[in-house]
Parts: sequence; C-alpha cells; structure tokens
Amino acid sequence: MSIKVTLPTAFIRHTDGRKHFNSAASNLPGLIADIDQTFPALSTQIKDEEGKLRRFINIYVNDEDIRFLGGETYAFQDGDEIMLIPSIAGGIA
Amino acid sequence: MNYSCSRYELKCNECGKRFGNQPLSACPDCLAPLEITYDREAARHLFTKENIAAGPANIWRYAALLPIPDGFQPDLPVGFTPLVRAKNLGKRIGAANLYVKNDAVCFPTLSFKDRVVSVALANAQKFGFDIVGCSSTGNLANSVAAQAARLGLKATILVPADLEPAKILNTLVYGARLVRIDGNYDHVNRLCTQIADEYAWGLVNVNLRPYYAEGSKTVGYEIAEQLGWRLPDNVVVPMAGGSLIRKIRKAFNELIYLGLVEEKPVRFFGAQASGCSPISVAVKEGTDTIEPQRPNTIARSLAIGNPADGPAAAKMIRSSGGWAEDVSDVEIVSGIQELAETEGIFTETAGGVTTAVTARLYADGRISANETTVTCITGNGLKTTDALIGRYQQERAVRPRLADFDAYLRELDGITELELTTAGAL
Repeated sequence: MSIKVTLPTAFIRHTDGRKHFNSAASNLPGLIADIDQTFPALSTQIKDEEGKLRRFINIYVNDEDIRFLGGETYAFQDGDEIMLIPSIAGGIA
Repeated sequence: MNYSCSRYELKCNECGKRFGNQPLSACPDCLAPLEITYDREAARHLFTKENIAAGPANIWRYAALLPIPDGFQPDLPVGFTPLVRAKNLGKRIGAANLYVKNDAVCFPTLSFKDRVVSVALANAQKFGFDIVGCSSTGNLANSVAAQAARLGLKATILVPADLEPAKILNTLVYGARLVRIDGNYDHVNRLCTQIADEYAWGLVNVNLRPYYAEGSKTVGYEIAEQLGWRLPDNVVVPMAGGSLIRKIRKAFNELIYLGLVEEKPVRFFGAQASGCSPISVAVKEGTDTIEPQRPNTIARSLAIGNPADGPAAAKMIRSSGGWAEDVSDVEIVSGIQELAETEGIFTETAGGVTTAVTARLYADGRISANETTVTCITGNGLKTTDALIGRYQQERAVRPRLADFDAYLRELDGITELELTTAGAL
C-alpha cells in the first residue's frame, strides 16, 4: 500500500527540494513517524515543542480535510493523495 | 518581490521574527500567520485627530496606520460609510443606544471588502504583480474585479460554483476572469493556497493577506471617530473567516495607545449563521479549537467552515467579555426585513445574520439597553435578493382610475363596504 504526499513549497528546503514523496504509512501518526525518519529537518518544522503537529498545518486527503474523516483514526487507502497546507490566517493580534 | 519601508513590516506573532515587506502570509520557520507591525511612535505625530480631520472623507485619512507603500497615490474614495443611530430598530429590540455601521453602501462595490482590497492592491502594484485574484464567497470577488479594472490589473477570481447569480454577474461585468470551483469555499481557499505557491499572482487573501487584513481596521477607526472619538461599549460583528472582528479591536487598541480615545473595555460579539457556526460554537463551548463544519446556510458570504482566524477570534471574544451567537436561515431573512423596515437599510444575508444576532443578544440580556452598541452591516441586499424570493407577492395591476385605486386600497387593507359606511356614519 502506498500514499502520495504533497508538500507546500515553503517546506521543500527541508526535503532536498522534494515536493512529493510516497509513504507506506497507514494513518496520520504513521505518516508523521515516516517523516521523522525520512526528513528529520521537516519533522522539526511541522511539529511543536510537545511533538504534536503544529496547529497552523491542515491535512487533506483527496481534497477532504482529514478532520472530516476521523483525523488521526482515519486509515489511509491505497493511492490516497495527502496534502499538507499551512492555514492562511491573519495572526493573533 | 519585496520593498523596504520603515513605517511597517511583516512580523510573526509566534516566534517574533520580522520579514520586511513581501507577498508572504505564513512564517517560513514556524508556519504561523504573519501580521503587519507598525512603528507606532513614528505614527504618533502623523496619526492625530487634526491630521485625520484634514484628510479626505474616505479610508485614506487613516493612511498613517495602514500598510500603504510610500508614494502610493490613493485613487478611489473607499469607505467612511455612515454610522447611523438606529432608534427604530432599537425600539423594536429593546436597545436605547444602538448604531448601525452601514457598509452596505461602501464604495465602489457595496461591501466592506472594498476596504481590504484597496489596501491589498496598493501592495500588489508595489510588489509588481500583473495578475491579482482571490478566493471569494462573492463580495471579495466583486471588489477585486472592480478595483483591479480601475488599476489596470488583470484579475482571476475563484468562487464556489453555487454562488448567488448577482455576485457572479457583479464580478464578470468588470471583465475579470471568474473560475467557478466545484466545491465549497474551503475547497476554493485551499486551491488558492496552492495557486499562490505555484503562480506569480497576487492573491489578496492568500499571499497578500497580512496587508489585506489591515484594511479592516478602518471600520474600527471610523466607528470611534464617528462616535466623536470615543469607543462604544459593545460591537456586534459578522464572522466568516474571523478576521474583521479582531481587526476592529486592533484599531481600537491603536487609538487608545496613541491617545485618540479614552481607554475603556469594549465587548466584542460575533455573529454567525447556525448552518455555518464553527466560531460561535467554539465561543459557546469555551474552547479555542475550531471544529470545521460543512456549511449549509443562505448566508453564503459567511459560509466558511474552516475559518482561518477562528481560533484567534474565539479567544479574543471571550477575553473581551463578549459572546457569539448564531441564527437560523428563517431568522436571517427576518433580520434583513427588520433592518429594512425600521432603518431603511437593505442588507444582504450576512447583515440579516448580524441584525438577528443583535436582537437576540438584547433579548437574552447579554447586552443592556442603555449601553452604546454598534452593529456592523457589511454588505448590500441587492446582491442576495434570491434570499427573499417568495417573501413578497407581486400584486395585480390596477387600472389608472381613482375609483379603482380607492377600491384596491380597501381590498389591500381588508376593509369592506359595510365598514366604510359605518365609519362614515360615525
């Protein structure tokens, strides 16, 4: 089983310029663990001090927000396209 | 694509790093949203009541605290919309000191989005973008299309496919390229984030967002100035992405810091449609975590299920001592009618939301009758007339004769011949 992951351009300085990669992860925690292994620099960037995914990153599975699919409990299907996208907001005034 | 300016620059509120001025909305290091920070001391001698009063009757009178590049010559007279005392509406809902900030008549495209777009496009030009655009629920599309046309910029605008026909027409008429996306606003917004990543376009609410969002502050400056340089007790603001309500507060805080108004606590109240209420739910549940929703409401201009500024807006509302409410589609339509019938202001569905929520806040005792309260109307009813379909019947035509007219009026009022005779006898 394989999923295809797409990263925003802002992240590729931590992946030797790679914008897409494949992963055999079966769910979101598995994908994060895979990123820990394969792209440690990216891993540091996308996680906060407590090791959780930063709240400014949204995860989409085939165009759907993963939170609508069960979040961390969602089981990736073969061929799923996963996108990491920073949320666009105005900040905390 | 950047420029230097000593008055303001981009800053990450999470890690504190500064980034000068460039088309960038998220911190490259910690991914947090960027915001404009000002040299407020430098603004102190410029941003005075006297200078503002001597300025033009539009948002450019506040340019000293807007991210407007040096040398920019303001063209369109955007903003400075009426703040009207709403005595009639107040009587109906139990409010003795209610004001309506009426951006239904904002220039040039009849919504508050004209404010943010004018600031964003000033920067788009400075950055050298030839093509500008946005993801939009309608009002933003209209404003980007119109102002881009005026500035000679090409516009490509993305909207959800089910947008109101009037808002689609009001975009196309300016010659903009409109792309209808088969999805809701959140899908459109996500796609625009990817477009900004791949294309050298200035998307006003994506890579120009920090500049764009600052334009919303002018609503706050105007409210304070129009109240005679004082702050209200309460502000009721519609929430889609959750940006406007925070920027009004930022404006008030700047006015306090620079001594233009006396410091006082202002409570902020957010208004949403029940069919898309992620921020109001978060406020009611006392959390900053926004659970995204799939929007299902006639208030399409507020139909953002995953609001970017939602967490910050929810937090700010509660810290101000305010509250958030949401209302049904039926209440939204009643709100539109009530504002029109009492104050002669025809607002779109978002304004129906704000009006209905305002009424409920008084009814629930969250706002007291004598407090000075401003309710923000952000868009014009002519753009969402479909919400009122079936509400008003077209009556039969009457022959051009006085007798027929008399009879017709009696028929409308339900007065019978017998009653008329009796009334005459008395």
